[in-house]
Amino acid sequence: MAVKKTRILIAKPGLDGHDRGAKFIARALRDEGYEVIYTGIRQTPEAIVQTAIQEDVDFVGLSLLSGAHNELFPRVVDLLAASGAGDIVVFGGGIIPEQDIPFLKDRGVAAIFGPGTTTKQIVEFLESARDSS
Amino acid sequence: MDLVTEVRLGNLRAIARTISLIEDLEPEAEALVDALYPYTGGARILGVTGSPGAGKSTLVDRLITLERRRGRKVAVIAVDPSSPFSGGAILGDRLRMQTHAIDPGVFIRSMASRGFLGGIAAATGDVIKVLDAAGYQSIFIETIGVGQTEIKIVELSDIVLLVLMPGAGDEIQAMKAGVMEIGDIFIINKKDLPGADKLRAEVEYVLSFKNPVQAAGGGNGDSEGVSNPILMTSAVQDDGIEQLQEAIESYATEIENAGKLEEKRRYRLERELLGVLNRKIHELMDLHIEVSRQLPEWTERLYRRDARPYALINEQIRNFLEERKGDQ
Amino acid sequence: MPEEIRKQKEEWERGTVEPLISRHPERMQTFVTGSDKPVNRLYLPEGYSEAEYLEKLGFPGQYPYTRGVQPTMYRGRLWTMRQYAGFGTAEESNRRYRYLLEQGQTGLSVAFDLPTQIGFDSDDPRAEGEVGKVGVAIDTLNDVEILFDAIPLDKISTSMTINAPAAILLAMYIAVAEKQGVGKQRLRGTIQNDILKEYVARGTYIFPPEPSMRLITDVFAYCSREVPLWNTISISGYHIREAGSDASQEVAFTLANGIEYVRAAIQVGLDVDEFAGRLSFFFNAHNDLLEEVAKFRAARRIWARIMKERFQATDPKSMMLRFHTQTGGSTLTAQQPDNNIVRVAIQALAAVLGGTQSLHTNSREEALALPAEESVRLALRTQQILAYEAGVTSTVDPLAGSYYLEALTDRIELEVWQYIDRIEALGGMIPSILKGYVQKQIQESAFRTQKDIEKGERVVVGINKFQMEEKKPLDLLRVDPAVRQLQIEKLSRVKARRNASRVQSALEQLRKGAKQIDVNLLPLILEAVREYATLGEICQLLREEFGEHRETIVL
Repeated sequence: MAVKKTRILIAKPGLDGHDRGAKFIARALRDEGYEVIYTGIRQTPEAIVQTAIQEDVDFVGLSLLSGAHNELFPRVVDLLAASGAGDIVVFGGGIIPEQDIPFLKDRGVAAIFGPGTTTKQIVEFLESARDSS
Repeated sequence: MDLVTEVRLGNLRAIARTISLIEDLEPEAEALVDALYPYTGGARILGVTGSPGAGKSTLVDRLITLERRRGRKVAVIAVDPSSPFSGGAILGDRLRMQTHAIDPGVFIRSMASRGFLGGIAAATGDVIKVLDAAGYQSIFIETIGVGQTEIKIVELSDIVLLVLMPGAGDEIQAMKAGVMEIGDIFIINKKDLPGADKLRAEVEYVLSFKNPVQAAGGGNGDSEGVSNPILMTSAVQDDGIEQLQEAIESYATEIENAGKLEEKRRYRLERELLGVLNRKIHELMDLHIEVSRQLPEWTERLYRRDARPYALINEQIRNFLEERKGDQ
Repeated sequence: MPEEIRKQKEEWERGTVEPLISRHPERMQTFVTGSDKPVNRLYLPEGYSEAEYLEKLGFPGQYPYTRGVQPTMYRGRLWTMRQYAGFGTAEESNRRYRYLLEQGQTGLSVAFDLPTQIGFDSDDPRAEGEVGKVGVAIDTLNDVEILFDAIPLDKISTSMTINAPAAILLAMYIAVAEKQGVGKQRLRGTIQNDILKEYVARGTYIFPPEPSMRLITDVFAYCSREVPLWNTISISGYHIREAGSDASQEVAFTLANGIEYVRAAIQVGLDVDEFAGRLSFFFNAHNDLLEEVAKFRAARRIWARIMKERFQATDPKSMMLRFHTQTGGSTLTAQQPDNNIVRVAIQALAAVLGGTQSLHTNSREEALALPAEESVRLALRTQQILAYEAGVTSTVDPLAGSYYLEALTDRIELEVWQYIDRIEALGGMIPSILKGYVQKQIQESAFRTQKDIEKGERVVVGINKFQMEEKKPLDLLRVDPAVRQLQIEKLSRVKARRNASRVQSALEQLRKGAKQIDVNLLPLILEAVREYATLGEICQLLREEFGEHRETIVL
């Protein structure tokens, strides 16, 4: 009898070392029943993508507070697609101005969760994204 | 895509997907494992166990580097416990191995125990086969951490690396039978912490019972003539790792020459077959006797002293066998 | 507590409070501080005897410095108003600095971008997307020259938030001052230079702990002789608090780091009074006003005792905990950003009532982006209003004697000692960090806090209470992504102009020195930066000699 678990990669791309939020989300999602792989800080987009593929995750959550999201988030999306893993859903969080959200969504980031987001909101997103796939 | 072909070609996505199918107990998993089975047997399986915090992941990370230098493809399965409350897990071992993330010759997979007691996951054995068939020559299995019950690693590995650290109460743990039995190579990591030498002495002492001839200074250890190396390392400082790898190589050669490797592998296959058999029987019984559905009622009857344990179960089995006879 | 007061308190509770509560219960079952510690309904004199007063509080400017490190505090001189700033190119940052100085700021505080903080040049592939974003991009001495253009380094003090490559930035600062004709003997300022907290809370480490400590003690030794007015380190609790610790942990882990630095310096042969007077600290000013004031006072008292009793310091300056404060960034919200102005005002008040030596106040939109000119000006005005209008600078340690405050101060002190003892039992701060003890404490606290917010038990106005439909987002500062290209071009021009062979030989000398533990690297680094060796070149060399630290931690 199949027992599928949803696997999520939480990663910190670029040089930003503020991991309080990423660690909180990893733990909170674990408490909601997800299997969460956490890569730690200072991950290049290439490393994130290879990790996502090997771990066969359903979602990749990128946390970034240093302002480099417009460059690094789309890079992850593009590399996933190029590696034949475009079905992995990418979402992001951290310090991301609202004005940048349309651009990021256009480049394939499914959702952006800014400061003040609750665990509940993220879980709702994950459930609906999973149900529609 | 044809997963079997792709796995054998080393396609990372295919390998990863196949592993997921196995983990998730999907119906196609069995056929996949069987299809890949003929291509297994080429990998050296190294189990890595020891108390939490002893530095297993960091040690594996350093060993990966040395294995790659020898031109070997390396795979790692890192197991972490699932939360008994939520069923979720944080799989954080790979964090310490991330420098290898973009090396095409390294495959790292994190697995949650998903309720399986034994220090690994139920699917680990089959996942090893996939990686073996995909061409990974050294496969590390990093377990949750050793205690009295987490010894399943022995049934999966060619060589078990037991990682201890000073000051973790390992001195006492080391004495407990079973724990010492499972190790092939003993590593005292974080060797610059106080108590390292004492720990080493204690390990030697316990091993002396296992290998009386070796302890007496004669010959090569146990009755098959293989001795258990003890290494002192500091993984974080890259100290003693080369010696460790040498020790692994020598040990591997020794046990191969002494016929012990073959013995272990046969033992492994034996345990695996029994495992599959038990699982299948259980599934079969569950299907026909509907254990899960009936369990509450049985428990209720037992609680009221309305039934007796063995009689109850034997009756179920008898009925099942009657039915099967009736089917024929 | 004096007998008569105790008796009357019990009568009051029985006769006045309980009847009232039975009709009008209090709003909550338990009230807690910002750090989740219980708060009583009322605090009363605990009856400090004279001896207790003198031992625990004493006088400002005298051991144990609980009431302040200077006898006259703000009556003598106000705290330095020092707004952390920096972004984009050195030219842009220079403009912002000159603006702030014109608006009445009294000291500079430099923010560097992440590639600079982690030792990468702007043309490094790992700098992709990060150049100029969280601070100014510095690749060579040329950038630092531009950064301080028309700013007289003999007249202002500069604080530089730089850690792993701190020695290099210090060398560049010295070299720029040289060009201005200002000798290093006269330079005043601070480099953060606090690598231990990087490993647990901030993440901009490069090298492993041992060689990092070597660089730090090299700075201590060099400055004690050559740059005597310079604060060689800013031992930081700010980031530890931001990572989620509570008030006591913030103090405990900071002071424990301080102990480690003092030990390391003594181990390389420095006499404690030679360098300890130039150690400075950096704390957070969080939401709970009174707990924060208590925290600062407790920190002073504890550090004084540590320096006197553990390290046998004799110079009073060695025992004085001098600190900079920044209001807590993580307390600010993206929703209803104007609320942040109010939060910052209260936090700044806490810092002032707590006796800070210098202060940075956050701007309204900090939860979203770096501040625009208007917002940072308002943040500065906040400090100026506190200084000149609020009356809190007319007397020293105004809240002393408040029963609640002294109870809080004592409680925090107790908790801090417990943490410090635990860390000592583990072998000191470095083993505690390597074992993950410190990180675990911080994470547990952070997780609890966030959960309390999500459950609504901890109210954040505008987030889980008093929410509203937001109007259009503010006009936010954007860092032009062209900055990277500009820097890359600038860098190649500098490389073309410099004397390649002299750079080479300077780097070789540095490499030789790095291999020998007893060679002070500052003079060698100074030589290299004078020749316009890049930050990336120097750090790459040191990476090769020292190795790189890798995260090993624990969730």
